[in-house]
Amino acid sequence: MTDGGPIPPDIEPGPLPPDAEPVPPEDEEAAPTFAARLAFMQRAGGIAVPIATALLAFAIAGLVVLATGHSPLQTYKAIFDGAGLNWFFPWVHGAARQTAAFNLQETGLLLIPLILTGLAVAFAFRCGLFNIGGQGQYIVGIVTGTQVAVWFQSLPGPVHIFLAVTAATLAGAFWGGIAGFLRAATGAHEVISTIMLNWIAIWVGSYLIGFGGPFQDSSQPGVPVSREIAQNTHLPVFWGSPLLQGLDIGFFVALGMLVVYSVVLRRTTLGFEVRSVGFNPDAARNAGIGVSRNYFLAMAISGAFAGLAGALDILGWQFRLDVTTVQTASQIAFTGIAVALLGRNTAVGTFFSALLFASLINGTSSRNLDPSVFPPELAGNLTRIIQGLVVLFVGADVLVLYIWNIRRKIRRRRAAPPPSTPVLTE
Amino acid sequence: MSAVAARLEEVRDPRAIGIVGVGLGILAVWLTLPPLTVRQVAVPALVGAAGIACGALTVSRGRKRLGWGAVVSGAFGIAAALLVTQASVSNLEAVITWSTIFGAMLVYATPLTYAALGGMFSERSGVVNIGLEGMMLMGAFFGAYGADKTGSWVLGIVIGIASGCALGLVHAVFAIHLRADQIVGGTAINFLALGITGYLYNDIYGNNGTPNNLPAIPNVHLGFLSSIPPQGLGNFLENVFGDLNLMIWLSFAVLILSWLLLFRTAIGLRIRSVGEHPRAADTVGISVYGIRYASVVTSGGLAAMGGVFLSIGFVNSFTENMTAGRGFIALAALIFGKWRPFGAFGACLLFGFASALAPQFQNVSSWQQYQVLFQALPYVLTLIAVAGLIGRSIPPAADGKPYVKQ
Repeated sequence: MTDGGPIPPDIEPGPLPPDAEPVPPEDEEAAPTFAARLAFMQRAGGIAVPIATALLAFAIAGLVVLATGHSPLQTYKAIFDGAGLNWFFPWVHGAARQTAAFNLQETGLLLIPLILTGLAVAFAFRCGLFNIGGQGQYIVGIVTGTQVAVWFQSLPGPVHIFLAVTAATLAGAFWGGIAGFLRAATGAHEVISTIMLNWIAIWVGSYLIGFGGPFQDSSQPGVPVSREIAQNTHLPVFWGSPLLQGLDIGFFVALGMLVVYSVVLRRTTLGFEVRSVGFNPDAARNAGIGVSRNYFLAMAISGAFAGLAGALDILGWQFRLDVTTVQTASQIAFTGIAVALLGRNTAVGTFFSALLFASLINGTSSRNLDPSVFPPELAGNLTRIIQGLVVLFVGADVLVLYIWNIRRKIRRRRAAPPPSTPVLTE
Repeated sequence: MSAVAARLEEVRDPRAIGIVGVGLGILAVWLTLPPLTVRQVAVPALVGAAGIACGALTVSRGRKRLGWGAVVSGAFGIAAALLVTQASVSNLEAVITWSTIFGAMLVYATPLTYAALGGMFSERSGVVNIGLEGMMLMGAFFGAYGADKTGSWVLGIVIGIASGCALGLVHAVFAIHLRADQIVGGTAINFLALGITGYLYNDIYGNNGTPNNLPAIPNVHLGFLSSIPPQGLGNFLENVFGDLNLMIWLSFAVLILSWLLLFRTAIGLRIRSVGEHPRAADTVGISVYGIRYASVVTSGGLAAMGGVFLSIGFVNSFTENMTAGRGFIALAALIFGKWRPFGAFGACLLFGFASALAPQFQNVSSWQQYQVLFQALPYVLTLIAVAGLIGRSIPPAADGKPYVKQ
């Protein structure tokens, strides 16, 4: 190529020769790894900053609602009710309580994949990787889980469920593992490779269950759906009616995974290594930790979470997979990024931010939001604006630091004796 | 065979041999397609085998990546040719109509080209921009909205570009001054654009959609092309280039201008130096922040031009999330093209080719299902490219790293 300019095109990133000048420390400061930034944010803000971030995002979105001639408070109240969160109020009775319970069950069903795709992002973050491929891992998981649940009709229920869930989890782990392997072996950036893997999963998944595809339901060739999964693989419903999308035991699986996530990260050698690599890969390498190995493992485990989400969705309430689910999996997976960021990659934080986004998405769906208060098709986009603002603010650690400094300044001023004359400007 | 090998032995440059090998692999497939439609398997097999031989020779001369690339190309060529010869000639002729495919390829490649060039400015200056998708979507909506409200497609383009620049500015503020993680910031940009455009679209147009009489960017008619001799070539050129949208021709101009700007001017040198070593650039008095702001805002404007083409140049309406991941494909094209204008353009053409070929499968009823599967091919190629099997893609050294002034 002639347009290389003065820059030699073939610089191989690798270990520096022994006589190379050491990297100036200010460059290190300029570009900390993501995990290092997060560690900093956790020290700086605690729980206050994510809450402030969310409130700020809601306030700005409220201004948008106000600007288009609706009442923000009424809108947020309608979304709150649409998500079924008013079920927690003891004074809601009768038919309203039944509707609330029904809505809350739906929110719970959405909470399951959001927790898991949130963990899929969070685990990789802890290793210093940005897993944007939850979408592909989820699709691979849901397609595999569906097909395993369609096959082997003669197996007893629990064995069949276990088989389908395991297969989906492994498929997700495989898909995530490809990106981890490429990062470890060739240095290919995981953001790019997972975007590619997302699209490959979308198109291959659409082919498999689409018109004339090998997994399409041959009894209705005009509809791009898979066959229905075996009756005995439906997950038991513990709250609500199994016919009306009650909440299934996948909910407890998701909660269990939060515990697993926390324990693995904090109490196992693997978790220690993953966190070390995330915090400072060079220091980890010097300490004898296999950085490549951990990149691969972290991506595979992340993928496993997303694949599991797919399995629980299909066995819990979808029961057959249609092409639209495959092609709109991006909503679940990309919300997972917001969940992990807002939840600061902790188990508890992930649960609450997943609950926030599940409520927002379910509360703004056209089925649940009262159209006389706010048009649902607008509200769905309001959810996306809030997501965007949350991610934008959470990503800016300097903004966090700025807010934190203001808080400290205020505190210090309170602690100091009041000045004799009020100072209006400083 | 041995004669061919002996001739190749005389060629000193292993790189040339490797490229010939890759070319032979592609030739093997091409021979079996219309208009030649060679039905004997032996012909493409020989050509493919020659490609593999070239590859092996290249490997033995030390250029391993390119050599193995040629071997793989030859092997794939033979396999694909075998597959093609199984299909009937009438089916092949229904699917492979080169002038239709090339014309559609240019249409599909254009939004990608704009966005990829935009991404190139941003990333060459050291700011990763995965918000291209959102910036494109802003351009698509505000292009349509501006054209609708002002009644002029020119103002539509201007308003669309301005909206992309505005979103680019948001990304720039968070990436440069607030030193946010640029990938997280870009993700946020995508969410925001999706929400803002969807919200405004529903609020303004509701269920009726954008009006049918949106002022459209006109096509450029080049009738004289058909008179170019010989008749077959003239008709081919007329079918491909005779009725392209103005924005497509503009994209060629932007491509060349971007190359000139980036590699032949002082401004381009500054952009690249800021992206490779900001500290050094700062030391010699270049404003790192200034260059980065300008680059990211430009990037938003260019990506928005791709969106404007989509809404008022191509489909002449706006629908929610109409970019449907094209921004991410443009990003892939940029990386595939190694952050160079013509490389990125070539990758955009490849993606456009796949998009143009896929609908052709509809012409044969028994092949329709492969249409969807075929769409995955460019992504597999990019994945292979990113993994470094087709020559390594190395980003600008300071790409994605915030710079702290001292």
